[in-house]
Amino acid sequence: MSMFDGFKFRSVSSPVHQMDPRAKFIYVCILFVVTVMFSNLIPLIILFLIQVPFVFMARVQKEWMRSMKGSAMFAVIIFVMNLLSLYFYTGYETFGSILERSLAMTVRFIVLVQTFSIFFLTTSPDMLGLALEQSHIPYEICFAFTTAVRFVPVLAEEAQTIMDAQKARGLEMEGGNFFKRIRNYIPILIPLIVNAIRRSLELAETMESRAWGANRNRTNLYVLKMRREDVLLILISLVILAVSIYVSMNVQMPSIIQLLTS
Amino acid sequence: MPIDNGSDEQMIVMDDVYFTYPNGVEALMGVNLKIEDGEFVAIMGQNGAGKTTLVKHINGLLKPTKGRVLIDGVETTKVSVATLARKVGLVFQNPDHQLFSETVEEEISFALKNFGYDEKTIKKRVDWALNLLDLNEYRKVSPFMLSGGERKRVALASVLAWDPKIVILDEPTIGQDYRQKERLRQFIVQLNRQGKTVIIVTHDVEFVAECNPTIMLMRQGRIIATGEAREILTNETLVNQASVALPEITKIFKGLEDFGFPRKVIDVYEAADILYERLGGQR
Ligand SMILES: Nc1ncnc2c1ncn2[C@@H]1O[C@H](COP(=O)(O)OP(=O)(O)O)[C@@H](O)[C@H]1O
Ligand SMILES: [Mg+2]
Repeated sequence: MSMFDGFKFRSVSSPVHQMDPRAKFIYVCILFVVTVMFSNLIPLIILFLIQVPFVFMARVQKEWMRSMKGSAMFAVIIFVMNLLSLYFYTGYETFGSILERSLAMTVRFIVLVQTFSIFFLTTSPDMLGLALEQSHIPYEICFAFTTAVRFVPVLAEEAQTIMDAQKARGLEMEGGNFFKRIRNYIPILIPLIVNAIRRSLELAETMESRAWGANRNRTNLYVLKMRREDVLLILISLVILAVSIYVSMNVQMPSIIQLLTS
Repeated sequence: MPIDNGSDEQMIVMDDVYFTYPNGVEALMGVNLKIEDGEFVAIMGQNGAGKTTLVKHINGLLKPTKGRVLIDGVETTKVSVATLARKVGLVFQNPDHQLFSETVEEEISFALKNFGYDEKTIKKRVDWALNLLDLNEYRKVSPFMLSGGERKRVALASVLAWDPKIVILDEPTIGQDYRQKERLRQFIVQLNRQGKTVIIVTHDVEFVAECNPTIMLMRQGRIIATGEAREILTNETLVNQASVALPEITKIFKGLEDFGFPRKVIDVYEAADILYERLGGQR
């Protein structure tokens, strides 16, 4: 559970929370592209570091730490897998460069987690829905999206109850080999999925009985407006994108190993 | 107060149990109780009083933050849920939280397989449980095709199949029609007569009044009263504190007190007898 807390909206008043969700969304998209663009350690570390002030500005350090800690296990797995596969399949590289490339992949993962963590920690599901809607995306899709987000905690709670109910019937979740563990999830996933489907059908019926979709031209109580800070964030994001494209095309990125040994 | 380790007939002992959920909700605050082997107990109290939290301590799904829970003399922190579950059958409120098999038969054999019974025993037990809850005709039917009441019976059968010593039913009457309730009541009473320790969690006073168990009233994480149904359900102050209603028949007899009627009436049949006698009838 604690890992998810790193991605759950935290209602704090901070400049980052007040930003237009659309501006933040552009920022996330650009950071995503840039992160995937680089596979060298140095630019990825820089991408990690430039986002840290953002976390403190948003005052979500504690929750951010959670997402970082929660992803540590995956990070270790990614590191080991990369190390092993690079070692066995690309025999010509030195161990130093293999190490650095594995580290780079790990840092890339961490930067992605960090970016999404900041976005979801500071943007409420309602704001997200609003942003989608005012970007002229059909209301049906926006509604489906916000509903899905809103039902995540409900599903998590339900999964816990189902797990309890099956444990009460003697299901042992721990132990056993890999396949047995996978099989143990069947008695949990089936009721969870069946209930989710049943609930969505019920939701559809109740919505229709309250005339959902009767009026094509919806208006919103809150109207999003880009302010100077939002434009600034978009500009910064675009600059990051431009610089990254330039660097990756024209600069031969030195590796840390090279810097150290030269 | 020191307690003996449940050496005599104490089946369930809770000794100053506190429980706090990870989000900080204090669901139990100093619960003490003793339930004997073969006793019949109803736990009552308003929504959020901590009833479900309490019964989850009996099969070890939850372990006390402070205090101890002993089942048949064994502390719940020392054994796994699966071990405790052999003794403690807990039927959850909503059957949809556990049904997942393709047929009713398979659903009932799920727990038996988990406990490692052999094929022959499993078959025998499944037959027995199907008969017990009148589900024979649905043996090969998908549990998802059944009605709410039937699904509840399948859930119950899937627990009773392994014949646990203690049977706990969380809100068994919710969503059941009058007929089903009546059958359920007879069934529960029968289980208890056969020597099982039975615990029901409910706020259905009429249902409880007719079963006549020991009642434990809960309020805000504490047990505020324990006693015979007749004493507890006619005590308006207590019942109000726990946000439970008086049984309808009790309200009537309270109103008739001035005419010299007894006050502590909770059972409809008893009430009928009293009125019959008053009106000069002979039984
Ligand atoms: N999984 C949980 N996490 C956090 N709080 C919970 C959880 N389950 C129950 N609670 C809280 O604990 C209290 C007691 O709940 P519960 O035992 O379910 O009451 P009851 O069964 O009497 O209605 C309530 O305040 C409820 O909100
Ligand atoms: Mg409950």
